[in-house]
Amino acid sequence: MFPSRFRYEAPSSLGEAVALLASHDDSKVLAGGQSLIPMMKLRFASPALLVDINNIPGLDQHGAQPDGSYRIGALVRHADLEKSTTLGEHQPTIAAAAPLIADPIVRTRGTFVGSVCHADPQGDWASCLVALDGSIVAHGPTGRRTIPVDDFVTGPFQTVLAPDEIAVEAVIGAASGSRKGGYLKLERRVGDFATVGVAVALEMSGSTVTKAGIGLTGVGSATINAREAADAIVGSSLGDDEIAVAAEAAAAASSPRSDHRGSADYKRHVVATFVGRLLAQHQPAEAEVA
Amino acid sequence: MALDEIKIGGLGASRRRVEDNRFIRGKGNYVDDIVLPGMLHMEILRSPLAHARITSIDVSGAWAIPGVRLVLTGEMMAARNLAWMPTLSYDTQAVLATDKVRFQGQEVACVVADDPYTAKDGCEAIVVEYEPLPPIVNPYQAMAADAPLIRDDKVNQTDNKIFDWEVGDKEGTDRAFAQADVVSEIDMHYPRSHPSPIETCGSVADFDRSTSKLTVYMTSQAPHIIRAAVALVAEIPEHMIRIIAPDLGGGFGNKVPVYPGYVMSILASILTERPVKWIEDKSGNLISTGFGRDVYLKGQIAMRNDGKILGVRMHTDSDHGAFFSDAQPSKFKIGLMHSAFACYDIPAAHLTATGVYTNKAPGGVAYRCSFRVTEAMYFQERMICAAADDLGMDQAEFRRVNLVRDDDFPKRTPFGFLTDSGQYEKCLDIGLEAIGYADFKQEQQAARKRGRLLGIGISTMTEPLGAGNSREYDILGIKMFDSAELRVHMTGKAILRTGAKTQGQGHETTWAQIVAHELGIPADDILVEEGDTDTAPFGMGTYASRSTPVAGAAVAMVSRKIRAKARKIAAHLLEVSEEDIEWELGRFYVRGAQDRGVSIQECAMAAYSNVPDGMEPGLENNAYYDPPNLTWPFACYIAKVEVDPETGVWDVLRVVAVDDCGVRINPMIVEGQIMGGLTEAYAMANMQFLTFDEDGNCIGSNYMDYLLPTAWETPGFELHEVVTPCPHHPIGAKGIGECATVGGPAAFVNAVMDALKHTGVRNIDMPLLPDRVHDALTTGNDISGMPPVKTEA
Ligand SMILES: Cc1cc2nc3c(=O)[nH]c(=O)nc-3n(C[C@H](O)[C@H](O)[C@H](O)COP(=O)(O)OP(=O)(O)OC[C@H]3O[C@@H](n4cnc5c(N)ncnc54)[C@H](O)[C@@H]3O)c2cc1C
Repeated sequence: MFPSRFRYEAPSSLGEAVALLASHDDSKVLAGGQSLIPMMKLRFASPALLVDINNIPGLDQHGAQPDGSYRIGALVRHADLEKSTTLGEHQPTIAAAAPLIADPIVRTRGTFVGSVCHADPQGDWASCLVALDGSIVAHGPTGRRTIPVDDFVTGPFQTVLAPDEIAVEAVIGAASGSRKGGYLKLERRVGDFATVGVAVALEMSGSTVTKAGIGLTGVGSATINAREAADAIVGSSLGDDEIAVAAEAAAAASSPRSDHRGSADYKRHVVATFVGRLLAQHQPAEAEVA
Repeated sequence: MALDEIKIGGLGASRRRVEDNRFIRGKGNYVDDIVLPGMLHMEILRSPLAHARITSIDVSGAWAIPGVRLVLTGEMMAARNLAWMPTLSYDTQAVLATDKVRFQGQEVACVVADDPYTAKDGCEAIVVEYEPLPPIVNPYQAMAADAPLIRDDKVNQTDNKIFDWEVGDKEGTDRAFAQADVVSEIDMHYPRSHPSPIETCGSVADFDRSTSKLTVYMTSQAPHIIRAAVALVAEIPEHMIRIIAPDLGGGFGNKVPVYPGYVMSILASILTERPVKWIEDKSGNLISTGFGRDVYLKGQIAMRNDGKILGVRMHTDSDHGAFFSDAQPSKFKIGLMHSAFACYDIPAAHLTATGVYTNKAPGGVAYRCSFRVTEAMYFQERMICAAADDLGMDQAEFRRVNLVRDDDFPKRTPFGFLTDSGQYEKCLDIGLEAIGYADFKQEQQAARKRGRLLGIGISTMTEPLGAGNSREYDILGIKMFDSAELRVHMTGKAILRTGAKTQGQGHETTWAQIVAHELGIPADDILVEEGDTDTAPFGMGTYASRSTPVAGAAVAMVSRKIRAKARKIAAHLLEVSEEDIEWELGRFYVRGAQDRGVSIQECAMAAYSNVPDGMEPGLENNAYYDPPNLTWPFACYIAKVEVDPETGVWDVLRVVAVDDCGVRINPMIVEGQIMGGLTEAYAMANMQFLTFDEDGNCIGSNYMDYLLPTAWETPGFELHEVVTPCPHHPIGAKGIGECATVGGPAAFVNAVMDALKHTGVRNIDMPLLPDRVHDALTTGNDISGMPPVKTEA
């Protein structure tokens, strides 16, 4: 690859990294490089300074915290999540999505947080974080702030991060009931971005849904939070009727484009199908209802 | 005692590929590995627009960058009479655009610099002003009355048509249709695809002013043709041109043509008097170099109620892009499209073909297709599938009624080719048995009751491989023979060179096996070299599955010449007359006294130390082989699929392949060719295509959008074999390089159509993307894949 000329720094502390970012008005954070490097290769991006955060210690952990929240550090790779043996019990939605991101090579380098920062409407992780009502913690010259994901992404490839802020972790709050959920992705081939992706995150008390989130990938100019669809099942026991309403509402919330991946109508239909399939997985068994 | 042929790596040995030793160690030597002292680097600036007039080009910004050594534009090429070059299809192609750009990705300028980064910076600094013109992305737009003229550079060109061509018996076919009980009709599109070899095109041109010699390392499947072309176009004497094709990272037909990049790197080396390297990037390869297919069909079959086919009509409209540069040497405008229906006994057939220019990349016959045999067989098998359905006849039975019978060979095909041999029904039976066809109908019915959609698709075909006999082929008048040169050293080791050029097919392994078979020299004792025009004998290169049928035959023939001389030497050594000498693998002996013999190695030593009086010393020779006919392998491919009715996604449950490619030299390599071909067939059917939006933007300019299947999606293949030796090939071999790519796609599509049969849908154009299948399922309509893709903002 033959990108434009750039300067490269790999500091070993957050403080240095932030200072470096502030030192140049055309600087970029380099995490897994799986989105940024391809763009530099095609010269769609030509940053003057790359600040590589891979040498900064303490960012590569993920796990459940004593307060019940779940934290994913900025250097946690897709593959770390895919291979985790404990993630599934805490975060079924994320565990379901991990093996569907990109291909094994990309997964060993790309990061969860980097994906959310990249804010690609076809990124799978942002939908998961939206469904889980999570946040991003940003570290800047004046300290830290926690930004709910809905406020974090402002448009395609746009976030509220200041040029000298680094996202240090993603946080998902403690659940009130038991966590259920999943991720379904229609892709043309392994390693392809989603034609349609659907993240469902539920908190359940017995067979009743107490909290729900549905995030949609690839069917709008940004990740979509299908709130009405989620609201349609809160308080329910996921009856067929409620599921049908939620599926329709999610389809209505999507605003896909017709392109070489499929027509808008088709994508909307797949949104409904996937929402239906994911919710049906958590319907109480016949016996329970009776 | 004769040697054990398998042990010495002869015919039938699944010998490990010797070339893999260096490939798996990362020690291959590709064009990009060539580094010469003082070498410069070239980058090409390409057009972002599909159709536009160039109003100005300002290159001053590029010249201002330190390290930029040369900037070339169309104007500068024109001053040297090099702005246009001839194509293999008797048209012209722009090297660098002068007047207009005619497809997205067309070469507009190039920059030569100290390193590739600077060359790329230089390209970015060039300012080109364009005046956009309306783009044309399919043949029907091109043929519309008010269509803008794409080739206004050509003096007598008044529309976008390239040719009208026809073949076959029109009256006879009309009569057949008049007598038919049922006429089946179907229209379809075989989409454009790109071979996308993992290595892109590239060259390192090195013109040495002191010797006047031009050496070019080049990604070429046919280095000798390139040498001839350079000699004719650049007016450099042929003996002063050396083309070296080192290791190639795949070709699939993509590396047959002469590309503007090669020409520019040569000119740049002449002008700068330094070696110039050009390595195309992946997008450049996908958007500007030789593609495959892009043909539309209107097909008709006339039948009797009992299933007998009486006649076939085909009309094709082919999209050749901006220049007619099909790299195909047949004497037919639409290649071997009329090889269609060669495996069926059909009294009358007629084909008309129209070729047109569009604002898309030129170069239409790449990709494992033997010059449009891929389209021919796909159309044939889709037409057969639709005809069986229209007749209400079982698709296997319908084929059985019409397949050519074993005792009918040699058999004239409906369009006049002569097939050589085969056991078609046997292959079909093996395939049906393997897939469990007899029970399938029941399984399908039962599944449908539970809402599951299963389907089976069959594809049977014979295809003409091994270009080619002089009746049907030449390249610019040169006959399509091939050659081999064998030198046996005094210790009985040998070097073999041919005019073919391996690019993954394994020639270094299999050629040695042919020599081992003919001479009994262990294959490990034979070094095979190809690709250097200063050392290899003249040959036409490797494509169209021609290497084994043509060069492989030359290898057998030269080995026989060597054996004939060795026999004389043996008689001399054994002190008997030549008539008393017998041959067994690896050894001559005296008739009636088998223990009195000499090995081929002893003969080799004697060739350099003890030849009979009057004999020239040495043991080397060459052979040129002009094939008497094409070879006709047969294949039966059967796929079983399940379609998800909710999403239109389809999964392949099983694939059975029965291939008869005659005698198999290296069964492992043959199986590799079949699996590779089936993978590509699956890819065509499922995902792999180049399409365009209404502005002529190529959708598929990188691997995010141009989809090649991974190991994950690729189904498993169950392979079966039948061997009918080719009657006119010295070792009975037929081509195999393309069979599965050619015959495979229809099996997958026919299977999906079978699963959808209850909806009345008769055709979905490839690739059968989930949304197309879903649309067909919900609307009951056929789905066209004709570009432009429908997009909305
Ligand atoms: C072949 C291929 C297939 C892919 N398929 C998929 C897919 O199916 N689904 C999917 O979701 N993604 C896919 N991706 C994208 C992949 O998941 C990336 O890893 C991810 O989008 C970005 O993460 P990264 O760590 O690689 O970020 P980088 O490429 O390093 O950075 C991306 C952007 O985010 C910024 N950034 C990164 N980290 C931080 C941070 N901590 N603080 C502030 N800014 C930051 C960078 O400055 C840059 O602008 C694919 C990528 C490739 C190459």
